This record gives sequence, structure tokens and C-alpha cells, in this order.
Amino acid sequence: MEQIFSNDFHYLGLIVLFPLLGAIINGVFGSKLPKSVVDIIASGAVLLSFFFSILSVNILVQSPDSVLTYTAYQWIYTGSLSLDIAFMLDPLSAMMILIITGVGFLIHLYSTSYMAEDPAKWKYFSYLNLFVFAMLLLVLGKNLLVTFIGWEGVGACSYLLIGFWYTDDEKAAAGQKAFIVNRIGDFAFIVGILLLYSETGTFDYIQIHEMVTGSAAIAIAPVAAPAVILIFIGCTGKSAQFPLYTWLPDAMAGPTPVSALIHAATMVTSGIFLLSRLNGLVSMSHEAMWIIAIVGAITAFFAATMALVNNDIKGVLAYSTVSQLGYMFIGIGVGSFVGAVFHLMTHAFFKACLFLGSGSVIHAMGGEQDIRKMGGLKKWMPVTRMTFLVACVAIAGIPIIGAGFFSKDLILWGALSNVHAAQIEPVAAGGIQVQYLISQALPAITSGSALEIATMAEVISWVVYLLGVVTAFMTAFYMFRLYFLTFEGECRADEETQAHLHESPPAILIALIVLAVLSFIGGWTGWPHVWAPEGAAHYMLAFEHWFDPVFQTTQDYRIANRFGDGYAAWEWGSIIVGSTMAFSGVGLAYLFYRKRPGLPRAVSERLAKVHTALLNKWWVDEIYDFLFVKRAIQAGKASYDFDRFFLDGLLVNGAGFVTASLGKAMRHLQSGDVQRYATYIVLAIVLALMALL
Amino acid sequence: MEITLFHYLVLAAATFCVGMVGVLVRRNAITLFMCIELMLNSVNLTFIAFSKYRVDFDGHIFAFFVMAVAAAEAAVGLALIIHIFRHHRSVNVDEANELRL
Repeated sequence: MEQIFSNDFHYLGLIVLFPLLGAIINGVFGSKLPKSVVDIIASGAVLLSFFFSILSVNILVQSPDSVLTYTAYQWIYTGSLSLDIAFMLDPLSAMMILIITGVGFLIHLYSTSYMAEDPAKWKYFSYLNLFVFAMLLLVLGKNLLVTFIGWEGVGACSYLLIGFWYTDDEKAAAGQKAFIVNRIGDFAFIVGILLLYSETGTFDYIQIHEMVTGSAAIAIAPVAAPAVILIFIGCTGKSAQFPLYTWLPDAMAGPTPVSALIHAATMVTSGIFLLSRLNGLVSMSHEAMWIIAIVGAITAFFAATMALVNNDIKGVLAYSTVSQLGYMFIGIGVGSFVGAVFHLMTHAFFKACLFLGSGSVIHAMGGEQDIRKMGGLKKWMPVTRMTFLVACVAIAGIPIIGAGFFSKDLILWGALSNVHAAQIEPVAAGGIQVQYLISQALPAITSGSALEIATMAEVISWVVYLLGVVTAFMTAFYMFRLYFLTFEGECRADEETQAHLHESPPAILIALIVLAVLSFIGGWTGWPHVWAPEGAAHYMLAFEHWFDPVFQTTQDYRIANRFGDGYAAWEWGSIIVGSTMAFSGVGLAYLFYRKRPGLPRAVSERLAKVHTALLNKWWVDEIYDFLFVKRAIQAGKASYDFDRFFLDGLLVNGAGFVTASLGKAMRHLQSGDVQRYATYIVLAIVLALMALL
Repeated sequence: MEITLFHYLVLAAATFCVGMVGVLVRRNAITLFMCIELMLNSVNLTFIAFSKYRVDFDGHIFAFFVMAVAAAEAAVGLALIIHIFRHHRSVNVDEANELRL
């Protein structure tokens, strides 16, 4: 009974089905339905999904199996290839579906109020439900191709929703930018999938995992690095990592609940999800892990610097999202998959809360997004302010009361373990990526002795760790800068706006409060190891243990094991450094924007060049514009000219011209005079006869 | 002088050419019609001449066929010419060109 059930778990199909039905009903009939019905269908579909997600996860907890599967449809059966539309529920996808449907429902609820005035509300909800459907497909997919369908689906919905107010050219262009930049990554992604398939002969996650952890691992090893790197390029597109992150800040053109759901909580984290799903494969390729860690660190750092000076409330949050996603990739890169996934979850809570809070503010301010024109809003919006503050504390990583502290600490500790590994055993076989870097990734650079090699690996590990630490400091600073400028101090808005200021309606506040509570307690599922006494470890490290079935085959997935008995000192070090950064960031923000308001100007004048660079976002958009967009336009113009002058001009019109002129010349033969025709015939016969005789 | 096949054929060719040139150069519908008859009859003459030369009757049969067809053609053709005349008050074929583009 149990066994049959676990392989034919229908609930998974239902979870995916409800949002699809909601999207179809609202998409087809929505324009004729009253707005309240549209609200109920859209939110109800996601709520039903959420309900069945809880049921399913509950069954998963009680089931002896760690994976429940359901085959909805036999898609392709030919030769050696068999491909199903199949779903799997394991601890990883369980967490994802709870986030997607749970946070998704809250955001639907929020949207019913936020989008109340929009005439195309039905279209909005149809897209939003379709997004939830695609996202569920992505995380529940049992093989890479089902995930890929979801991957493309969320991309399409993201495009539709960013450009939702398409009559504004700038917003439509932002949607296109997101789509095009994502396509670059998606291309690498599909190539990576096919490369993997060519070597393993399967798209199935479970089979791939069995192969890479079993005896077939040696055969797959050569393609592991290129496949992971290609898939990672796909992730840099979808999860907005350097160098493909530029679409995410522009994506803020969409409605704010969309930014919260798609561009903070769910879609942008699918890269982290995918790499965690393929953790066995990823951990086989240590070159790729180095690249992931370095790219993540660079992204985390640079995005944080851009958030420091941004004056758009959603812009700060957008760069913050990019930066936090960078953190998660550091986690993947240093082998702390649990840390990455943990941060994914806490980030989904607090960032969704922050975005929804900013939406509440923007609504109250009548569309104003510039924080220089806000201030003192706590007087009018106490609930929004409190939830925003809780989420700020969470993302800043204030110990214990901020969920971000726990997850960020796990990642930073993982990064620190790399340094440790590089110090103690640079060349010996172990399983931590450093040795592999030495033997494979950098043979040319590190042709010297083992000592030089160790130094190299150590330097890189330190850089990754320190970038993470500095980013933690900047995160705390810019988030509290945002908070202070928005909610504290004097109101800088004009009289008319001030008169209209008001707290948001209940639907918005409920969503905010629930998310704030989650941001507050969400981290308590994974305490630092040193804080968890022997007896309580099962509860205090619940998050980590929950993922045992997913990550246990990955070597050294539990950071504590890397250090042996001496881990406590390292972890304490990591906690102290992380907390110091959080507190000093908040303190500096307090000093700058509450105590000494003249200080920011003075600092920016002293560091004018840096300030200009930050304000202009390091000119990355301009560089891309010059390198790629201008070239693409040139190529377009060139092919236009080629088409106009060669294809249309010479070939198409040329052929037409020759035929027409020949016709003009020959028409004189066709006089319509029968006798003249007869004369031609006779002349022709006479000529033929003369030739023959 | 004995009249041989050669003489018949020359006569037939001569009348055929007279008829053909008439068809090509004349504009009067009746004349054209008579020229066509002339050409048909020169062909008949050729048939008969060959028939006599080969001493069989195939040529005669063809000649009768040609005469039958010519008679039918004459009936239809004259009816057309009369119609054209009623329409144009003339039998000049150059004027009967309304179907020209």
C-alpha cells in the first residue's frame, strides 16, 4: 500500500493543476466576470494548491520513502529515450512548493487590493496563476526537461508581468530586456542539459543522482564540469548573477506584487534550486564550484555597492535581491547547499515582505518611488512600518531576531571552511574542492610547489569569504538607510501627498503581517551548531536534518564535519564576525541618516568619483549598451540594407523588372490580327522547310 | 505529252499558294473564305492525284471527307459573315476586332 502510493501520488498533479485551471478560467472568461469573482478564482486556485501542498508534505513526513513521485503523462517513448511528464516530491521540492503556494497565496491576496483599480485585473491574475503553475512545474519536475518547461514558462510569465503596463514604452522595454537576457542564459542551460544527457542517457534527477554517486561517476566525471558550468550560466540568467543580472533592476517596472513574487521570492531563486537539485553532479566538479563561488561573491559585492546610493525604494530592493542571490551562490559554490537553500527560504520571506511593504508605501504615496521625497511615514502607516522593520532586521542579519542571520551565517561559515581546508590539507585527497582546484582548474597558473598552490587556494577562499562579510555589512547599512529615509524623521513629501497618506487596506496588511512573522521566526529552524545542545539538536537543526535525504550523499555537505572536533571555534568566529558586521552596518546607517544628517553629503563629496560610479551603477548598462546593444542594432541595420538592396532590390525586383521588360518588348508581336499570325506561321514553315530541304 | 503526277502536284501547289497568299493579304471576309476553299481544293487535288498514282481509293475517301467538312464550314462561315455584315455594315475583317484587348 505504502509503496504503490509513493509512486503514484496524485496530489502532486492536483497541486500543479489548480493554478493552471485558474489561469485558463480567468484568461478566457475573466474579462466578462466581475472583479470579485476573478479575485476568488485566482486566489482560491493558489490556496487549494497550498492546501494540497501541506497535505502532501505531511504525507511525505510520515512516509518511509524520502521521495514521492507521480507520472501524469507519458510524453515521449522512443528507442532508448523515455520521457514522462512526471513530478517528484522530496524535501527540497517540498520546501519550494510551500514557499511558492504559501507566499504566492499571500501575494495573490495582496494583489486583490493592490490591483483593484486596474481595468485588466483579470489578465494580471491569469498571468500570475500561470506563473505559479510554471514555477510548480519547475520545482516538482522529476526530470530536467519538465523543469526546463517550467523554466521557460516562468520566463515568459515574467516577461508578460514586467511589461504588464505595456502602454508605457519604458516598461515594455524592461520586459523585453528581461526576456532577451534570460534567453542568453537559457541557451547555455539547454546545451548543458543535452551535454549531460549525451553522457548519462537520462534526464531523470533520481537516475542522474544515482549515477553520480555510484560507480558510473568516473564515466561522467569528464562532462561534469562543462555541464555544470553551462547549467550555471543558465542560472546566472534566471537568478540574475553577474554578468547577466542587469535585467532584474529594470524588472521593477512591473507591478510591485510581481516584483515580490517573481523577482524576489520564487523565480529568481530557481537557479539555486536547480543547482541544489543537481547537488551530486555539482559537487563532482570542483572547478565549477569555484566559478560559482567567485561569481556569487562578485555579484553579492557589486550589487550591494549599487544598492548603497540608489534612491528608488524598489531599486534598492532589486539590487539587494541580486546581492542576496549572490550569497546563495556562494553557498552552493562552497558546498553549503543547506545554507544556500536556507537563505533561499528566509530570503523569500523577508524580501517578499519588503517588496510588499514598499508596494504599500508606493500606493500611499500615490506612485512616488523616490525615498528622498518620503520620510516619517511611520506616523501614517504603523503596520507597514513595523513589518518593514522586522524584515529589515531579518535581512540585515541581526542575531536571533532576524531570520537572515541564521542562513547568512551558515553560508559564511561554509565560506570560512574553505579557508580552513586550504590551510590544513592543500593537496591530500579529501573531498573539499580546494584540492581539485589545484589539480585540475589551475594547473597552468599553479605550476609551482604545493605551497604556492595552497596559498593560491587560500587567497581565493579568503576573497570569497571577505566579500561575503563586507556584503553583510553593506546589506545592513543600505537596508537601514532605506528604512530610516522612508519611515523615520521628517516627512519630505509635498502637502498634497501628505494629505493623502493612509494605511493600506486589510488584504495588504494581512499579507504583510504573515510575512513579517515568518521573517521573524523563519530562521529558528536552523540554529548554529554551537548553540544547539546535544539533546535539542534534532529540533534546533531541524532545517539541516530535513534535507538529509537530499544532500547526504554529497561529500562533506555538513560544514561541521569538515572541521572535525575543532569546528566550534571556527563557527563562533564566523558568528561573531557576521553579527559585528550586521550591528555596525545598522549603526552606521543610524549615524548617517538619524544622528548626523549632513554626513552622507560630506562623505559623498569626499568620495565623489566612487559616488558617481555607484550612482551610475558602475556604467554596466552603458557598457553592455555599447558592446552588445549598439552592435546588435548595427547588425540589424546591415541586414536590413542587405535585404533592401540585394535581396529585394537585385533578386526580387530585378527578376520582376527583367520579366516585365521582356513582356513589353514581346507584346508588339501579339497584335491580335489573325492574318498576321498566319503570316508568321507560313514564314516559319517556309524557313523550316528551307532548313530541312 | 502525258500528264504525270508531277503536273498534278505543281498545279495543286500553285493553287494552294494562290489561296494562301489570298488568305494572308486580303481583308474581305468573302474573299478570304474563297481563298480557304481554294486551298482545301488544291489539297483535294493532291489526294486524288496520289490516289490515281498509287492505284487505291484511300485518297478518294479523304477527298470526300474534306469536301464534307468544307461544306459544313461554308455553311457556318457564311452565317458568321452575314452576321458580321449585319453588325458592321461591312465584311472587312480588320473591323471585326472587338475582342482584342
